[in-house]
This record gives sequence, C-alpha cells and structure tokens, in this order.
Amino acid sequence: MADNLPSEFDVIVIGTGLPESIIAAACSRSGQRVLHVDSRSYYGGNWASFSFSGILSWLKEHQENRDIVNEDPAWHEQILENEEAIALSRKDKTIQHVEVFCYASRDLHEEVEEAGALQKNHASVISENPTEAVHSAYLPSEDESLCTASCEMLTEQTPSSDLETALEINNVKVTGETKKHDDKTCMKSASEEETSKNVPTTEGTALQPKKTRITYSQIIKEGRRFNIDLVSKLLYSRGLLIDLLIKSNVSRYAEFKNITRILAFREGRVEQVPCSRADVFNSKQLTMVEKRMLMKFLTFCMEYEKHPEEYKAYEEITFSEYLKTQKLTPNLQYFVLHSIAMTSETASNTIDGLKATKNFLHCLGRYGNTPFLFPLYGQGELPQCFCRMCAVFGGIYCLRHSVQCLVVDKESRKCKAIIDQFGQRIISKHFLVEDSYFSENTCSHVQYRQISRSVLITDRSILKTDSDQQISILTVPGEEPGTFAVRVIELCSSTMTCMKGTYLVHLTCTSSKTAREDLEPVVQKLFTPYPETETENEEVEKPRLLWALYFNMRDSSDVSRNSYNDLPSNVYVCSGPDSGLGNDNAVKQAETLFQLICPNEDFCPPPPNPEDIITDGDSLQSEASEASVILEANSETPKGSASLGNPEEASQ
Amino acid sequence: MHGRLKVKTSEEQAEAKRLEREQKLKLYQSATQTVFQKRQAGELDESVLELTSQILGANPDFATLWNCRREVLQRLEAQKSPEELAALVKTELGFLESCLRVNPKSYGTWHHRCWLLGRLPEPNWARELELCARFLEVDERNFHCWDYRRFVAAQAAVPPAEELAFTDSLITRNFSNYSSWHYRSCLLPQLHPQPDSGPQGRLPEDVLLKELELVQNAFFTDPNDQSAWFYHRWLLGRADPQDALRCLHVSRDEACLTVSFSRPVLVGPRTETLLLMVDESPLAVEWRTPDGRNWPGHVWLCDLPATSLNDQLPHHTFRVIWTAGNAQKECVLLKGHQEGWCRDSATDEQLFRCELSVEKSTVLQSELESCKELQELEPENKWCLLTIILLMRALDPLLYEKETLQYFQTLKAVDPMRAAYLDDLRSKFLLENSLLKMEYAEVRVLHLGHKDLTVLCHLEQLLLVTHLDLSHNRLRALPPALAALRCLEVLQANDNAIESLDGVTNLPRLQELSLCNNRLQQPMVLQPLASCPRLVLLNLQGNPLCQAVGTSEYLAELLPLVNSILV
Repeated sequence: MADNLPSEFDVIVIGTGLPESIIAAACSRSGQRVLHVDSRSYYGGNWASFSFSGILSWLKEHQENRDIVNEDPAWHEQILENEEAIALSRKDKTIQHVEVFCYASRDLHEEVEEAGALQKNHASVISENPTEAVHSAYLPSEDESLCTASCEMLTEQTPSSDLETALEINNVKVTGETKKHDDKTCMKSASEEETSKNVPTTEGTALQPKKTRITYSQIIKEGRRFNIDLVSKLLYSRGLLIDLLIKSNVSRYAEFKNITRILAFREGRVEQVPCSRADVFNSKQLTMVEKRMLMKFLTFCMEYEKHPEEYKAYEEITFSEYLKTQKLTPNLQYFVLHSIAMTSETASNTIDGLKATKNFLHCLGRYGNTPFLFPLYGQGELPQCFCRMCAVFGGIYCLRHSVQCLVVDKESRKCKAIIDQFGQRIISKHFLVEDSYFSENTCSHVQYRQISRSVLITDRSILKTDSDQQISILTVPGEEPGTFAVRVIELCSSTMTCMKGTYLVHLTCTSSKTAREDLEPVVQKLFTPYPETETENEEVEKPRLLWALYFNMRDSSDVSRNSYNDLPSNVYVCSGPDSGLGNDNAVKQAETLFQLICPNEDFCPPPPNPEDIITDGDSLQSEASEASVILEANSETPKGSASLGNPEEASQ
Repeated sequence: MHGRLKVKTSEEQAEAKRLEREQKLKLYQSATQTVFQKRQAGELDESVLELTSQILGANPDFATLWNCRREVLQRLEAQKSPEELAALVKTELGFLESCLRVNPKSYGTWHHRCWLLGRLPEPNWARELELCARFLEVDERNFHCWDYRRFVAAQAAVPPAEELAFTDSLITRNFSNYSSWHYRSCLLPQLHPQPDSGPQGRLPEDVLLKELELVQNAFFTDPNDQSAWFYHRWLLGRADPQDALRCLHVSRDEACLTVSFSRPVLVGPRTETLLLMVDESPLAVEWRTPDGRNWPGHVWLCDLPATSLNDQLPHHTFRVIWTAGNAQKECVLLKGHQEGWCRDSATDEQLFRCELSVEKSTVLQSELESCKELQELEPENKWCLLTIILLMRALDPLLYEKETLQYFQTLKAVDPMRAAYLDDLRSKFLLENSLLKMEYAEVRVLHLGHKDLTVLCHLEQLLLVTHLDLSHNRLRALPPALAALRCLEVLQANDNAIESLDGVTNLPRLQELSLCNNRLQQPMVLQPLASCPRLVLLNLQGNPLCQAVGTSEYLAELLPLVNSILV
C-alpha cells in the first residue's frame, strides 16, 4: 500500500489549517511538489466547520479523552544510525473543558437521524484499514469531489462507491453512540425529567398561532444545514486575506456575505451601532447633533495622521480617555470604543485606538455598509479553498493520514524525510508542521494562551428587525478589570451555517478561566434557557437557547519558534488560530514561511489565463488542461457581479 | 523549474491581442459597410437586424444603427404575423438588455427601448420597472435609468406613493442622489395636491415637516453633500409668484403711461397683448421699453394723446388689462395733478422673499435653529451659512439685517471662489431692505450710499423714485434697467467704479447727475445722457476722461442744454 504515494516531494505540509493551506497553495503554485496531509478525517484542523452530527462526533472525540492505542513502534526500526527521529504526537491537546447543554425539547421517540447525511467516522480517525484511509483522501483522482468545495462541506464529500457499504455500517454505530453521549451531556442542565415534563406544554402551545418550537430531533434531522465553526472570525474587507483571495483568484472557490449590522450592548439593551454614512443617516436613535459629531469624528479618524495637532497631546493616555476629550456624547464614545475600534477602556492608547478606528472605516463600503464579510458555509471553507488551489497545481492530498515522525540527519541537522502511518518514508526538502502535531518532548518549554469559545443555537435574533436574515457582530466589554471583552457573532440561516428558523451564535474571548466560566455570564445576559419561559404567555424579549457548547481552544499564535526544542532549520511551525477577529495573522504567517521556503518567489500570483497556457510538450499537459477547465467553468458566474438575468426571468 | 506551468511571455500575449483586435476591427468595418449598403438599397430585412446587433452589441452608442433597426422593425411590422412579431420583440428586448449591460449609460439604447415599448400593443411594464430597479441596484445614480423609470412609471400609471417608496429605499442606501431627491420633488406635489386657492407645487405642512426631517438627517450626516441642500431649498422655496401688474404711473407732463410687470414680458402684436382703457373706452397705443430697445423687460410705457389728458374733466381713469397674465390695474389722474399712480406695496406682497417661502414662520424658525446648531459644529460649511442667510431673509429681512451681513462675511471667507456671486447676492438683499425702509417711510427718496453694492437690481420697483443716491459703492455700471426710473430727478453715483452709463437714457425728469470719482474713460460713454431732456447739472470730476483732450468741446456739443458741467 505504501507505494501509493510518491516517495519524494519538495514540501510536505502537516495539518490543513488556514496558514498551512495557504502555504501549500503558494508552494504548489510556484511549482513545488507538495504533499499535504492531515491525520484528521476533515480539512481545516481547528479552523474547520462541522455539520451538527459532525460537531457531535468532534465533541465525543474530545470529551472521551481516550488515549491513543496502537502505538506502532515499527518506525523506530527505520531510523538509521546517522539519523534521529522527532516523534509527532497523535493526540490533539488543543481543545479542553468541553461542555454541552441541550435546552431544546426532545421527542420521546429518539430514533432520529440526520437526513441524508453521511456521518464522518471519527472512530476511524486513526484507521487500521490502510485501504480506506488512502482511498478516501487521495488526490488528484478525487479532484471532482474537491470541486464541490465551494458549495458543500468537503468533509461531507461523497465517498467512492466501494466504500459506501463500509460507511453505512459505521453510520449506524456512530448514531447509537451519539445518542448515548447526548444523554450524558444533557444531564448537566435540563434534566431528562424536566424536559419530558415540558413536552405536553410544547404541544399545547403548538396549537396556538405561536410559532412552533424547534425540537432537538428537528436539529438532528436538519443537521446538515449547520456548519459550525470551531473558530469564529470575519474577513475585514480590506484585510490581508481578502487581498490574498483576490490576488490568487482563490476567491472563485468561495462565496461571501456582508455582515449586515454592528451591534452594541449598553445598559442591558442591544442596539445597532451606526457606523457607515448610510447608517448614520438612517439612525433613529441619534439626535441630529450626535449624527454630526459622530460623522465628524469618524471623518477625522479616516485621516488622523494628517492632523497630528488633534491628538498629539493625548498620545500618552488611553483611547477611552481621549474620546472623553472629544466632542462626543457618552453614547457615541461607547460606540466608538467598543464597537468600532473594538477595544476596551484600558487596552489601547490613543494612537492604537485611532489606528483601529481607521482600519474599521477603511474597510467600510468596499462590499457594503459594514467592514466585514463572512464566508458562506462557514469559516472552514477557506482552508479548503486554498487546498483546492494547491490540488489544481498538482499538490497531493491525504486526509486521515498521520505522520509518525520526522527524520533528521544527524550530521547536517536537517530534516530529510517523514515516516507515515504505514511506515513509508517520504523524502522532502521542507517540512511544515502545525504545532499541535508536536509531541510534549518538543513543546516542553512552550507557554500557551487559551481562547474561550461558545457556540449557541438560538431561536431568534438578539435584535429583531424587519428582516430575519441579519448577520451581526456585537462586542460585550469585560465587566471587571482583568476580564476580556467577549465577541459575539450571530449568523442567520442564509449564511448556510444553520437551519431555517434558528440562529448560530459564536462567542469568543481570550480566556481567563474555563470557557463556560468566561462566557456564561454574557450568555445569560443575552439569552434565556429554553424551558424556563415555557409557561409564560407574554412575548419573551430575549432569544431562547436551544443548544449550547463551551470549549477552550489553545492559542499558539504568539509562540516563538525558539521555544520549541531542537527543531531542524527546514522544519517550519504553523500556529493554530489566534483570538483576533480578522485573519491577518494567518496570512502574515503563511507569507513569511513561504518566503523562507521559496525566497524571491511571488506569493500566490493569479493563475494564468487559460489561453496563455502552453499545453503542448511535456507531462504538464494534464494539469494545464485541468486548470483551464476549471477556469472556464467558473468564468460564467463571476463572483459578486450583479447579473441581470434575461428579460424572461425578470418577468416571472 | 520543474512542475511549473508554461505561460506565454508578455510579447506573445501582446501579439495575440493585437491580432485579435485587428480581426475585430475588420469584422466591425465590414459589417458597418454592409449595413450602410443595404440601407441605401432599401433592403431593410432581418439580415440588417443581425448585422447591426453584432456591431451594437460591442458598441451600443452607434446612433445611426439604432435608426436602421427602427426602420427595419417598422417595415417588418407590416409583413409579419402577430406571433412572429411577438418573437421578434422578445429578441429585441433581450438584445437591448445585453446592450445595456455593455453600457448602462447609453442614450441610444435607452431611447430605443422607449421607442419599442411605446409601439407594443401590450407592453409588460412590470418587467420594465423590475429592469430599472435592477440597474439602479448596480448604480443608484444612473440618470439614464431614472429617466426611463419615470417614462415607465408614467406609462404604467404607477401610483406616486409606490414610486415615492422606491426613492425612499434608494435614499436610505445612499442619500447623495440628486435623481432620487428630484423624483421626490415631482412625486410629492402629485401625492398631496393643494386646494385650488393654495400656491401650486407646495406641500401641506405635515408632509413638509417630515421631508425637512429627512433632509436634515442628510445634511447633519454629511453637510458637504449638495444634493440634500438643494432639496432643502426646494422644500422651503415657494412657487412662482402669480402674474400681476405691479405698478401703473401716468404723467401729464410727459404725456406718458408706464406699467411695471411681475415678470419680464415682451409686449407686441404677436406676443403679450396689453389693453389700455382710458375712461372706460379702449385706446390704441404703441408700447415700448424705457431704454427704447423693446426687449423683454419688466417695464413698458406708451405715449398718451392730449385728449386723454385734458384738464377739463375732474379726473381721468386709466385701466391696463394684461390678458395673458389675467391681471389688470387702474389708476386715476386728478384734475390739477401732474401725475397719478397705483402700485402694489412691496411689504404686503413680500416681493423679495421669493428665495424662500411663505410657509409658516414657525417652520422656518425651527429650521433656522437647526441650521445654527449645525453651523456651530461646522463653522465653515458654506451650504449651512447660505441657508441661514436665506432663512433669515424669509423670516424678517430687516430684523436680521446686521446678522445676515456678518454671515455674508464668514461665507465669503470660507468660499472665496464665489465671492463675486455673494457680493451680488448681498447687494440684492441690501437693496431690498432699503426699498422696504423707503416704503415704510412713504418717501420717494432712496439712499443706497456706503453699502458696498456691486450690482443694481429690482430697478423696476423704483418707478416712482425721484432722488437716488448710489455714492460710495462698488458699482461698475449704471445698467439699462435704470431707464425704468421715470420720475428720477437727482442721481448721485459718486465714488464708484462706473465705466458705462447705458441706463442713464430717456430719463424725462433727470436734472442733476453726479458721477465724481468713477472710471469713465472716454467722453463717448456719455452719449446716452443726450436723451435726457431736462439735465442741467453734470459733475464728472475725478474721472479719467477729464484728462482727455477735447472732452469739454465734445460735451458742449453733445449736451448743449446742460448749463453746468463740472470736469
């Protein structure tokens, strides 16, 4: 089986998170032979998105905390005398303190399955069946399934027919387990007893004109509608990632939606922050004078560098103190500080605050009236888009393919090969490793920060308006000194991340305690648990929680390379997601590492026009024509263009 | 390096591009030629449609080809069955749309669409509205599309309320949109027609207040956006004043009757008809303008026969009927009187407040307050300053005179590009104020000295003035309209920058004229004075012409009746 993979590459990338995927794409585009592997069965690592059943499997994996068995010592024998091995870890330690709460009422008959879904088989992450592993993720023969990435989660790709039976068997098994594990987790909050007691009430209210409540089995059934991001981020419309997507033409593989509104939480109330010119004009909550004050201040921020006399005297103080010296009402100061500059009372000084405000405003209006974009089907799409580009230019992909160790030449202190799970030795010049793959031996001196995350499924928006399809971002400042601001992103069903009639809410903050301890106070302020209000007849103001998940994710973004023990110079480290809102960190990291691997090469230049590719001659023919096919297929629907349709359509 | 795609070099690309362009040009030229040949030969068939669509598809601004297409379609209309025709129209509509996508601002394409839709027996207007909405989605300021939308809305009789809601939605997205505001100004009067007595084109107060709030939102958000200020001006502006005869004056001495109109008119056999009734019987007279040029003007006069002025009757009545303007006025000349007149009071009719409206002063007052508030935040905003000035004039020109002048000063400083315009506007306002003061004082003497005037206006209002002082201003001319001052006896215009005297002509009663320290260069410019029969005193000291050789001789010859000329 081992000879299924070529034995030599220029670059081997381990881990399919965003920075790794960008580097893989860039290297492949520059003509490097790239092998991209991930021990997981899905793309993206901690940048991935999951369907509902997918997240349940992911949960199970992280809750069970089971030790990895089948440590295969066979590879030790392959290490020669003049070589050393750096063993890689097989256990993911980046996720901690996972807690799940289910508030939606459950039907008595629980035999529900996700409609039409093929569940990911996490039980076989470390597969003992080499055929399956290689089969399921071998490129380029699976290029076809890659092409669906723009509209469908790649993790749910259709397996080849000979696998179907095997998977179906697994499917049943996994569902059974899921049910068991649900029972376990839900005991923590709404007990079974309570829930079942409430069932008749639900049925009773269902007869009234009231909207029928969403039950847990509906969520399960519609599980495929969910794309639940592990990291919650947005794209600044003039951020590095957007620039890169455009420059490299990778943007063709993804679709985006503009965030529709910026919200603030003040005095117990959620309100909309007017930040664009149109918002200020339309705002009902601002007085005329406030409108002018705000516009005037924002206009100044746009080019604050040109007016140093306006802020020079305040450079030493915090941004919030500076705002107090400006002609702004407290109302406006709050908006600027928390929702536009997105900083806190103490965190930034005047210059940082002005810089952040300027950046926000600079991004406004490029694609709409807010500065942010969200990728349809979730953040997890983005690494896959870059993987797809890598594959188009000849990169080879293996999921569920773990690497046992890096082989280092003792004399040159350079890494020369990897040994994979089948004991195959694959030679390469450069090795890129996502840091969660390093074993404890390598990381013994590394200090990590943590990100607290929560994912909620709710039944309505935190701020109701005419449209129920709003995408909102809300910053809730930390209450006590030392706690961090919580970023709340609420996604509606048209972002293709949740089922109709629900909202997917992501909370993120830098951890001070466990995720639940950090985030639950904010969750309680904004939402109300589902059964609590069951008996009340009056309209509830807060959205109801249907389901909640808390977990901590390791933040290795500021770990310096020097903190790892004994890394050869041709082994490069990629960090996991950072806690920031944008993706600049990942792009910067990717570009820096790419320049080390391919000095003096352009970083992800646009692919050439199909007609400019010279196809005659060598072995490149197949790749080139493949590229042109895709180019042509996509050129019909240029992204973002407002196509007008033919008059027949217009008339209907 | 291995594994890399081979791509054409930039020279190869350029060469490929050049060949492609050459090919395109050839096709374009040959198609154009064929079309013209066919048109000349009268072969207006479907092949012409095909050929023109090839060219127009690439360049929709080829107007002649659209004409060709219309000719073909007109001919085919007669030849084809209704089904075939329907298919033809369908393709034509689709083709037009693809052309609009090439250039959404093509006059020819939009016009052709209008033409086509106008000929259809059952045009689908709903689809056209949808088309407009989509194009405005892409570019909300595409005025070609707005134009077409108004055409469609009118044809389809779309209720104005729906169209108003549409402008609402676009203004919400981006309020810097002249087309949208303009459309509102057309729709609102349709939605809220005023009762017959009210001034047409004005809005009821509740609607007005709502619009004012909307537009205030816009200029508080972005005070430099002109579109909002123009709409604001429209909201507060008033409709054109009704046609009227402002003043009627009869002079026994000059045997002359003078009429002043509310707007410039051209009186003559083929234009405006003016009937004169003397003692209730019509009298045929010949009308002329005071300066003798008979151009459209505010003031017209006629000579009266001696019979109409004889002093035997206790009085004569003179009635002038302006048929087109639906207005008339009457005045009486009493026995023993030299003159008689009848005129509208400038104060009563608020003649000079036409910049802004006759709306309730509470509305104007609150607008003034918001603007002052904005001005405090934006001391250098010219639109705000100008609006404040206009509002103050509409509210009470005399009360706010001093304040207005201060605002003018600020405005000139922040907008030096328009300094001359502002000077003229300021002159106009000051003149209006002086006129009001004169009326209150019930005198015929007007002092306009030391006011920094740069221009003279409203001269038609000064028909009855006998003494006019224009000294110490910045006037550069005494304009032709000055000839309307039929009663003027003394005119002082010292210390200005006057270079021409076109208006000092045919002034029957002018006796004294003082023009010291001006810029009269050549004795020739004094030519008009010869037509003033009673001029006896002329002071020209301090003018360049005093130094010219032969000035005194020239003047003696030109003005033999003037007995005192100071040079």
